Amino acid sequence: MFVDNLPALIVVIPLLMAAVTALVPSRLSNLAWLMALLSTGTSFSAAWLNKSAAEGGSISYALGGWPPPWGIEFVTDGASALVTVVVSGLAFASTIYSKPLIYNEISRGDVPRVYAAWQLTVGALLGLVMTADAFNLFVFLEISALSSVTMIAMGAGRNRQALVAAYNYLVIGAVGATFYVMGVGFLYAMTGTLNMADLAERLPGVTAKAPVLVGMAFMVAGIFVKAAVFPVHMWLPAAYGYAPTAVTALLAAVATKASIYVLGRLLFTVFEGLGDVTGLLLNWVVLPVSLMAIFAGTILAIWEKDLKKLLAQSSIAQIGYITLGLGLGTTQGISAGFIHIANHALIKGGMFMAVGGLALALGKRANISNIEGLGRVMPITASALTVCGLSLIGLPLTAGFISKVYLVLAIIASEYWMIAALVLLSSALSVIYLWKIMEAIWMKPAPHGLKITENPAVYLPLWVITLLNIWLGIDASFVTTSADAAALALMTGAGS
Amino acid sequence: MLETLLLQWNYLVFIMLMMIGLFMVISRRNLVKKLIGLTIFQTALFLFYISVGKVAGGTAPIIVHGAVEGSVLYSNPLPHVLILTAIVVGVATTALGLALVLRIRDAFGSIEEDDILAMNTKDGGEK
Repeated sequence: MFVDNLPALIVVIPLLMAAVTALVPSRLSNLAWLMALLSTGTSFSAAWLNKSAAEGGSISYALGGWPPPWGIEFVTDGASALVTVVVSGLAFASTIYSKPLIYNEISRGDVPRVYAAWQLTVGALLGLVMTADAFNLFVFLEISALSSVTMIAMGAGRNRQALVAAYNYLVIGAVGATFYVMGVGFLYAMTGTLNMADLAERLPGVTAKAPVLVGMAFMVAGIFVKAAVFPVHMWLPAAYGYAPTAVTALLAAVATKASIYVLGRLLFTVFEGLGDVTGLLLNWVVLPVSLMAIFAGTILAIWEKDLKKLLAQSSIAQIGYITLGLGLGTTQGISAGFIHIANHALIKGGMFMAVGGLALALGKRANISNIEGLGRVMPITASALTVCGLSLIGLPLTAGFISKVYLVLAIIASEYWMIAALVLLSSALSVIYLWKIMEAIWMKPAPHGLKITENPAVYLPLWVITLLNIWLGIDASFVTTSADAAALALMTGAGS
Repeated sequence: MLETLLLQWNYLVFIMLMMIGLFMVISRRNLVKKLIGLTIFQTALFLFYISVGKVAGGTAPIIVHGAVEGSVLYSNPLPHVLILTAIVVGVATTALGLALVLRIRDAFGSIEEDDILAMNTKDGGEK
C-alpha cells in the first residue's frame, strides 16, 4: 500500500505540509522549520526508495486511479528517479542549513510563510519531474515559479532590489510558461492527447506538420526561459543575487535542474518521432546557445564583484555545459548532461551555502573585498568553499572532474573537435574567477580584531555536501550508472 | 488565402491579442501596464484553447436526456477544463504581481522602471 503510492507521496507530502506550515503562528517559527525538515526529509526517503523500486525498469502511477492516457500519470524511470533524488536530497540539505540564515535575514513573523513557500517550491519541482502529462507540467511549473518569486521578494528586508528582481522573474517566467502552454495547445489540437508517451506515439502520424512544428518551437522556447538557457537567462542573476541566501542555495541547487530535465524529456521523448527536426533543433539552436551561455556566463563572472551574483553568472555557464551535453543528442551526451545535473547541484549548492556562511558572519553581503583574509578566521567555511570551487573548475578527485571528463569524451565521440577545445578553454577561464575568490580569502592578511566563531548549524550541512563532492569524484559509479539509465530512459520513451 | 484567414477569424483575434500583450510586456516601462499586457497575453491563450475545443455544429457537452447515444454532437469539454486551471494560474500570477508592485511603490516611491533603475545604480539598493 505504502510502497505502491511512493511516486505520489514524493510530491504530495511537501505540498500538503506547505499548507499546514502556512498556518503555524509566528512565535512557533521553530516548528515551521521542523515541518519543512520533516517533509523534505520524507520526500527524499520516498524518492530514494522509489528509485530502488524502479531500478532497471519504470513505474507508471495513475493519479486518483484514472488510468493513463486519460488521467494524469506519474512516471518513474531512470531519468525522473535520478532527478527526484537529486532535487529532494539537495532540498533536504538546504533545509537543514537554512535555519540560522532565514532567522537572520527574515523577520520572525514571516518565517512560517517562507517555509510554506519553500515546501511548495520543492513539491512543485518534484511534481514537474514526475509528471508525464504535458498540461499538468505547466501547473507545477507555475506553482514553483510563484512560490520562488515569493521567497525571492523576501530578500527585500536586506536589499530593496529583491522586489524588482522578483517582479522581473514573475513576468518573464509567466511569459515563458504561457509560451509552453501555447505549444501544448497546438500539439493537443493535432493529436488529441496530453500524455507524453501518447504524444510521442501519435506525433509522427500527424500529416499536417506545420502546427506540430510551431507547437514544438513554443514549448522549447518556454522551457528555455524557465531553465535560464542563454539568451533568455536575464532574470536569473538578479533573482539569485538578491534572494535571501538560504533561498539562493535552494534555488541554485534544484530549480533550474528540474526545468532542464523537462527540456530533455521534451526533446528526446515527446519529439522522438520527429527525428530530423529535433536534430536540426539540437545542432542549430541548442549547441550554439549552450556555447554562448558558457562563455557569456564565465566572462561576466570574471568581472563580477559581488559573490552571490558571481556564482549566479557562473550558474548560467554551468547550465550551458548541461544543455551542451543534451545538445549532442547521443546517449553518451545526454548521460554527461545528467551527470552534470547531479554534480552541479552539489557544487553550486555547496558554494552558495559557504558564501551564505561568510555573509552571516560578516553581517552583510559578501563581496570580493570584504571577504579578504577571512580564511584565517573562518577556516572551516572557507576550506569548504575552496573544495567546492575546485570541483566547479573540474580538478581531479572532485565531482566536477567527472562531469568534465564525461562531457569532453561525449563531445569527442560525436567528433566536434572545435567544441571540445572551447569547453577546455572555458574551464581555463573559470579558473580566473575562482582564483579571484581564493586570492581574497586566503592570501590577504586577516582583518584586524575580527573575532568569528563559526556556527556548526551552518558548516555541518555544508561539509556534508562538500564531502559528497569529493566522494563522487573518487567513486562516481552511483552517478554515472544512474545517468546512463537516465539517458537510456529518455531515448527509449516515457513509461512505454 | 484571404478567405481561409477570414473564415478562421477567431485565430486571427488570438494572434493579434497575443502580440499586443507581448508588445506591452516588452515595451511599457510602467510596472502595472506590464502586468496588464501580461493579462492580455494570457487571455489570448485562453481564447486559443476554447477555439480548439469547438466542434463545428456541436452543442455544450452536457448529456441530453432521452437522446439516442451518438445522435448528439458535443463540443470537446477538455480544453475548457484546462483553461479553467490556466485562468486560476493567471489570476494568481496577476495578484502576486500587483502585490509586488505595491511593495515596490512603498520601497522606491515609483512604479516606473526607469526611475527604479536610476535609483538602484545610485545606491545599489542597500538599506
